[in-house]
Amino acid sequence: MPRVVVDVMLKPEILDPQGQAVANALPRLGVGDVASVRIGRRIEIEFTGEPDLDRAREIADKLLANPVIEDFTVRLVEADETADARS
Amino acid sequence: MTARVGVVTFPGSLDDGDAARAVRIAGAEPVRLWHGDPELHGVDAVVLPGGFSYGDYLRCGAIARFAPVMETIVDAARGGLPVLGICNGFQILCEAHLLPGALTRNQHLHFRNRDQVLRIESAGTAWTNTFQPGQEVLIPVKNGEGCYVADTATLDQLEAEGRVVARYVGGNPNGSQRDIAAITNAAGNVVGIMPHPEHAVEALTGPSLDGLGFFTSVLKHLVGAPA
Repeated sequence: MPRVVVDVMLKPEILDPQGQAVANALPRLGVGDVASVRIGRRIEIEFTGEPDLDRAREIADKLLANPVIEDFTVRLVEADETADARS
Repeated sequence: MTARVGVVTFPGSLDDGDAARAVRIAGAEPVRLWHGDPELHGVDAVVLPGGFSYGDYLRCGAIARFAPVMETIVDAARGGLPVLGICNGFQILCEAHLLPGALTRNQHLHFRNRDQVLRIESAGTAWTNTFQPGQEVLIPVKNGEGCYVADTATLDQLEAEGRVVARYVGGNPNGSQRDIAAITNAAGNVVGIMPHPEHAVEALTGPSLDGLGFFTSVLKHLVGAPA
């Protein structure tokens, strides 16, 4: 069964101190060509029946993301593209 | 009649005991409220205490907002019930849209735990009416996600309407915009504060007794409020 993937990212104007901390650590790995890092969250939703993008959007807007500080996108992925399938 | 002030316990609340104690020291009767019970048991005001409700999963306060008790509190707050959200309680009030903006990870990424000077900017709320505007108080701050953010229009509106209740003085512990430590809603009955007034009510354990003013304020507000 396909799943709905919700990607949640901090809005561009919101400072991402976690991303900055990761970016600042990269030179210690010998990586010098990274300009910036932003950290977000990926959520996979499996419905009991057919995946419902509108319902997923509602869930994302009400709970998964805080629209004051975050943007989100919603998309369908096939079961073999989900995190479970890759593990 | 003694005022009854509810203190909500969520799974993961830490400071509900201290908040109830502060209510009692201020001269009111603390009433313990449970997150899963939508009934407010006739309380005159509510404190949402600090802690890590629902393990801070997803975002601080995001899941607590949907607790049965919160649905009742949101309706009652819109009707004028005084509500004070401390730390995690402040985060819950923002997530529940009773207060604008959001609390995010401290800019320096460190948990900060120290005694903090605040300047009371608005003494016109249900929870600050025993202070003088401009008065400085000393209250513990302890948070990892206390950086207050909102868009510029919201910040300007808060300032213009006198809804910034307290600001950090002598160093901003978390990067909050405009040094904001506490804000209120338009009606002044709902206040969110990141530092912990309930930890500054007794000489034995607190750096001052300044926190008591928040709890005595609501008693004064309740006495003066029209029935």
